[in-house]
Amino acid sequence: MSRLIKSFSLAAALLVAGLSSAANAAFDIQKVTSDNGIEAWLVEDHANPIIAMNFAFRGGAAMDPADKGGLSNLAASLFDEGAGDMDSQAFHGQLEDLGIGFGLSADHDAIRGHLKTITANRDTAFSLLALALSKPRFDAEAIERMRGQILADLAHQQQDPDAIAGRALTKALYPEHPYGRAVEGTEDSVKQITADDLKAWPAHRLGRDRLIIGVVGDITPEQLKPLLDSSFGALPAQADPIEVPEVQAAATGKVEIIRRPIPQSVVLFGQQGLKRTDPDWYAAYVMNYILGGGGFSSRLMTEVRVKRGLAYGISTGLSPYQHGALFDGGTATRNEKTAQSIALIRQEWQKMAEDGVTAQELADAKKYLIGSYPLQMDSTGSIAQILVAIQMDNLGRDYLERRSSLIQNITIDDIKRVARKLLDNKSLLFVVVGEPSGL
Amino acid sequence: MSFARRLAAAAGAFLLIAAPAAQAQMFNPETFTLKNGLQVVVIPNHRVPVVSHMLWYKVGAGDELPGKTGLAHMVEHMMFKGTKLVPAGAFSKIVAQNGGRDNAFTTADYTAFYQDVAVDKLDLVMKLESDRMANLKLDDKDFQPERQVVLEERRMRIDNEPEALLEEQMTAQLFEVSPYHHPVIGWKQEIEGYKLADVVEFHKRWYAPNNAVLILSGDVTVAQVKPLVEKYYGAVPARPVPPRLREPEPEPMAARSVTLRDPDVHQPSWNRSYLAPSYHQGDTTMAYPLQVLAEILGGGTTSRLYKSLAVEQKLAATADAGYGAEALGMTSFDISVSPAPGVAMEQLVPAVEAELKKIADAGVTEEEVARAKQRLTISVSYARDSFHTGPRVLGSALASGGTIAQVEDWPNRISAVTAAQVSAAAKAVLQEQRSVTGLLLPTRPGDPVPDEEQRAQRSLGSFGREMR
Repeated sequence: MSRLIKSFSLAAALLVAGLSSAANAAFDIQKVTSDNGIEAWLVEDHANPIIAMNFAFRGGAAMDPADKGGLSNLAASLFDEGAGDMDSQAFHGQLEDLGIGFGLSADHDAIRGHLKTITANRDTAFSLLALALSKPRFDAEAIERMRGQILADLAHQQQDPDAIAGRALTKALYPEHPYGRAVEGTEDSVKQITADDLKAWPAHRLGRDRLIIGVVGDITPEQLKPLLDSSFGALPAQADPIEVPEVQAAATGKVEIIRRPIPQSVVLFGQQGLKRTDPDWYAAYVMNYILGGGGFSSRLMTEVRVKRGLAYGISTGLSPYQHGALFDGGTATRNEKTAQSIALIRQEWQKMAEDGVTAQELADAKKYLIGSYPLQMDSTGSIAQILVAIQMDNLGRDYLERRSSLIQNITIDDIKRVARKLLDNKSLLFVVVGEPSGL
Repeated sequence: MSFARRLAAAAGAFLLIAAPAAQAQMFNPETFTLKNGLQVVVIPNHRVPVVSHMLWYKVGAGDELPGKTGLAHMVEHMMFKGTKLVPAGAFSKIVAQNGGRDNAFTTADYTAFYQDVAVDKLDLVMKLESDRMANLKLDDKDFQPERQVVLEERRMRIDNEPEALLEEQMTAQLFEVSPYHHPVIGWKQEIEGYKLADVVEFHKRWYAPNNAVLILSGDVTVAQVKPLVEKYYGAVPARPVPPRLREPEPEPMAARSVTLRDPDVHQPSWNRSYLAPSYHQGDTTMAYPLQVLAEILGGGTTSRLYKSLAVEQKLAATADAGYGAEALGMTSFDISVSPAPGVAMEQLVPAVEAELKKIADAGVTEEEVARAKQRLTISVSYARDSFHTGPRVLGSALASGGTIAQVEDWPNRISAVTAAQVSAAAKAVLQEQRSVTGLLLPTRPGDPVPDEEQRAQRSLGSFGREMR
């Protein structure tokens, strides 16, 4: 089994946080605009006969009506469940027989999609996508089956201490905001969603004005253009406006304990973070690496795991949303030592806020965050994901070239200032699931 | 599933998603062997100027001695705790300071260490990795906290998770004689009992160049890496390594069942594992047909189990089948289902068993086999996309008794499978007396309990949280 650190990151929002940048001269990101004005970013790579396309529509589950939480998630799950004259079995049969990967999903801020195919099946893959987006069936059988699967998954989460803790943390930090609700909704809200809700959903949400596309692999701009039009051309020009309020985390400094008869307490913690557009993003990003983001090199890992054997892993991360942001982390410690782990986390929080980092720590962090960038570029799909993430956060097509210097320019004083402003030991909120003693 | 089997299944799944059009070669690797016996495999991939440097040792939890379960994994952890040249804890920091990532993992059959770095850092990581093969130098003050880390890992992965505890018990019942009986991470009281000398001795016994495979994947060529490999790894002398024993299981005589009841279970599940041949033990001619069978039974939304149980009968929320052929010893063929909301286990279980009986009795159709083979082989087209896929697939195969030729020939072997072979394999393996059934159930009163037939079987285990 792996020594990999268990990730506790709350949102898939690490996205761009996760990208590093540097020796990327290998990538030429082309902007491709179809005849009908649909725009995509493209990295051509003809080494293998594979094409990957990732796309996203701005506006996600946070827009779901409060009494119909989970609407976007359930609707997205139905786009590979039948379209046009193909029912679920016929549609999945085509995808599976031809080795085509396709599906939609929802997160708080976006509806995301992916398509992956070998070049030989390119036209079929894109025509299945076009059919799914223009003529989804929303058959009663598929709706009830997907609803049942989501309800089963929600039930399953109730027996998973990590999931229980994750739910409780976001709920505590965002008590009144959609970010505090689960993307999947609740048992009650999922049952409220009707077939009419689902059938109406695409016209409100999947607008071309919200669309972001990244394509990587064995395809030329001229080949891509007509496929963009056939895939996305039938979507409405405009979707509903995104009306999600801006929110600050309700970080109260409390420790919430959820009793469960398990030998190890799961500990999650969080406070207000920084949005991706914040001018101090890079200083916070480097600071996080040193405090708890940097795997075996971080301060928290050294104190909690290496020196004392209190946990298998501990990590922190910046979790930005479009309308708010968290700085959060997690670990898991045997019940009788949980209080000690929490004290150590608080101590390191305070120390970083007061003293910042050393020159050596800063230099090491920069070397890692810049040097490890190309490791992200692992597959056509992972690069396509990155192209979408850069557009989602409006970082610009030259972002990958600029990223190294954005990190390189961070000084010890920048980190000291940002750590003092951001890290607040008194507000840092903990959720503990288990039978901790001494708390 | 045990860790071992989960990982074996994961390796199988890798092939499913990774696996190029039939007849094509998978990875086209080049290989050479040093005088000291270290096999080196190079898989060029020039998209970005990085390389994955991965060293696989042919030793895992299946090579441990009684009373010292989990020691292979403990040694993996201690490999980061210092050599004559590199102080404890410095290994990963040096890699990170050079813009790289590193980690390691252990299964029942192998232990692997890797670093992903820019090509110009390959020299550095070879120096570090060959150093800890030859010069591990450990101190008890680093060992004691690391033992606690491993115990926390066990709590996190197993003791806190009802599904994992159930799997651990199922595995212990399925493999009665084979060393796959015990969990890869080890039994808790045995983890608590190791001495540092055990770690040192295990490392000395198994961590030899002639017992390892080095895989380099990325922006490199053989001509470029050969001098480096000879310089660093060539200096480590070969030494005798013990044989790897995987005692064959006696023919199973009775169906077994294990029930785990837990107050926090909200979504129950029914799991079954059948003792099955692998590439290397038992009737190995079944290894490819069983992969096709797993695809027919559990491969996606149009598979037999999902189509029948979730789509047509509306009884299941999930229905999966899995088989990992890659094990030195016997392996398992696994089924797992969970009920749709409002469906009682008494309704679901007979329907699952009927599907399994149907395929064992009546076999599969030519059309099903043709489609499954197409699905498996088309996925090979993606094999060369990520520079991580090749090392994982080749490394796990070479470290558990396979050859490069076997991996490269996988699409052709799958294409050659016939419907008659799949039907025969289903009949031979899907027999109840070869199986362990695992039920995960809530403890609340009034909830469904195993039916009469299951109770009549040899019920070996039923335990709750108090045992922990």
